[in-house]
Amino acid sequence: MPGVDSTFESTPGSTGGAAPAVEIDGLVKRYGSTTAVDGLTLTCARGAVTAILGPNGAGKTSTIEICEGFRRPDGGTVRVLGLDPADAALRPRLGIMPQTGGVPPAARAGEWLRVVSRFYAHPLDPGTLLGLLGLADHARTPYRRLSGGQQQRLSLAAAVIGRPELVFLDEPTAGLDPQARHACWDLVAALRASGVSVVLTTHQMDEAEKLSDHIVVIDHGRVVAEGTPESLTGAERQLRFRARPGLDLEELLAALPPGSAAKESPSGHYIIEGQVGPQLLATVTAWCATEGVTTEDLRIERRTLEDVFLELTGRELR
Amino acid sequence: MTTIATLDLTPRPGAAPLHRMVLAQAGAEIRAMLRNGEQLLLTMIIPILLLVGFSTAPLVDVGDGARVDFVAPGILALAVMSTAFTGQAIATGFERRYGVLKRLGATPLSRAGLLLAKTLAVVAVEALQVVVIVAVALALGWSPHGDPLWAVPLLLLGTAAFSGLGLLMAGTLRAEATLAGANLVYLVLLGLGGVLFPLDRFPAGVQHVLGLLPISALTSGLRTVLSAGGGFPGGALLVLLCWTVAALALAARTFRWE
Repeated sequence: MPGVDSTFESTPGSTGGAAPAVEIDGLVKRYGSTTAVDGLTLTCARGAVTAILGPNGAGKTSTIEICEGFRRPDGGTVRVLGLDPADAALRPRLGIMPQTGGVPPAARAGEWLRVVSRFYAHPLDPGTLLGLLGLADHARTPYRRLSGGQQQRLSLAAAVIGRPELVFLDEPTAGLDPQARHACWDLVAALRASGVSVVLTTHQMDEAEKLSDHIVVIDHGRVVAEGTPESLTGAERQLRFRARPGLDLEELLAALPPGSAAKESPSGHYIIEGQVGPQLLATVTAWCATEGVTTEDLRIERRTLEDVFLELTGRELR
Repeated sequence: MTTIATLDLTPRPGAAPLHRMVLAQAGAEIRAMLRNGEQLLLTMIIPILLLVGFSTAPLVDVGDGARVDFVAPGILALAVMSTAFTGQAIATGFERRYGVLKRLGATPLSRAGLLLAKTLAVVAVEALQVVVIVAVALALGWSPHGDPLWAVPLLLLGTAAFSGLGLLMAGTLRAEATLAGANLVYLVLLGLGGVLFPLDRFPAGVQHVLGLLPISALTSGLRTVLSAGGGFPGGALLVLLCWTVAALALAARTFRWE
């Protein structure tokens, strides 16, 4: 079978001891004439949860599969725990959850997890893990008869059973029901609390915001923004309220301090931006009172990660 | 009580010893083969039905001697082909399609370890087939002449050659094409490889070419050592060795893991 010859540049003298979980510099990956990853540079710290966020086709899976050693880059360097991703010494140290599949359809859930556990020196107990992930009653069920959420949870169990140092989760909660999603979030929190580094991809904002220490937003194969959830959403605040559709925003703006902005999006939902403080709040409510408008859900909040994301990656469908 | 949130996941990475990984994977492969109805049909039921049918009914003229003496070695060769080639090609093709091979590549089990596990599983299932086929053949009055130990290298080299061909197919074609192709090759080789129909019924020129097929080498070699009481089956082993080297070398160059 093909050898595992590597085309990566090597970094002399790297021992891997204190290296970051993942270090990517100028990564390029092409499929034919399509450039999926276009000079991507990012670092994922040890012991932290890093979320790679981006729309479909942004290059998330290509990037993570290169880190997992499944694909070779066309350019740039990638180091995982200080090592070349193709290095066999990495295999016991990594836990991976692919986006789909990887399990023989006829294999029984419990038996398959037990077989995977036998590949590791100090595995977690498969039975315990199945129980915690709500799969105890399905230990004898063939993989193909499990629901989508059950399949994802089994895959998640296999990713952590070998007690890895670094876990890659590729869209771990895609298509999950709320219970399964929370089970996944709890597991990521437990990994973080146990000092395991986690790199996950998602296009769900709440997931990235809730779970991660560091968020990297990528689009068209490049990093477009990164930082903590707080730093990305910024200090800027917005006043939001609901009221009957079609208020005259020109008239409202005239009453507000210069530099304010107001929009109705979607219909009946109003967002006011600017120097959001007690003065602006009082002005808006006073104006509503003179107009005879009852506001609902009036609140001041930071921009959501979703706002930031749409700003960075655009609103057009693709 | 432990909950997910309080689960201790402190890293303690390490690969298991190679033998433990290989045995675990081989066990999984054996269970998969024995639970798969289509595979059992191919590896157990069809060979036994052919053995019983062609040994008891005058379906082909096998020359002098008891029918079962001619048929039993052919059925042993068919058993090897069904497990090492057809069954393995189809199973591996679908494992590739479902990302199973790729997923295993992310575990400490190396590719060499995986191939070793597959080989062990094939040999274990073949051992089971041989026991059943020999028992049925003996019950039908089979009386082997010769040294059955010579059959062992033939069966093993036949397994290697057919495994190479099976993996070559599974690693290059789409899973559906492998499914169709592996079954077709099984039928063609069953008909043309001297399993049930003696090769000397074909025209002389064709006979020589058919004699170089791996199935023909295996059946004629097994017949030489089990029915005719012949010694070292050098010609058959040489043909099988050539197929083994060629198929494994080609599979190693062309196999795509996903």
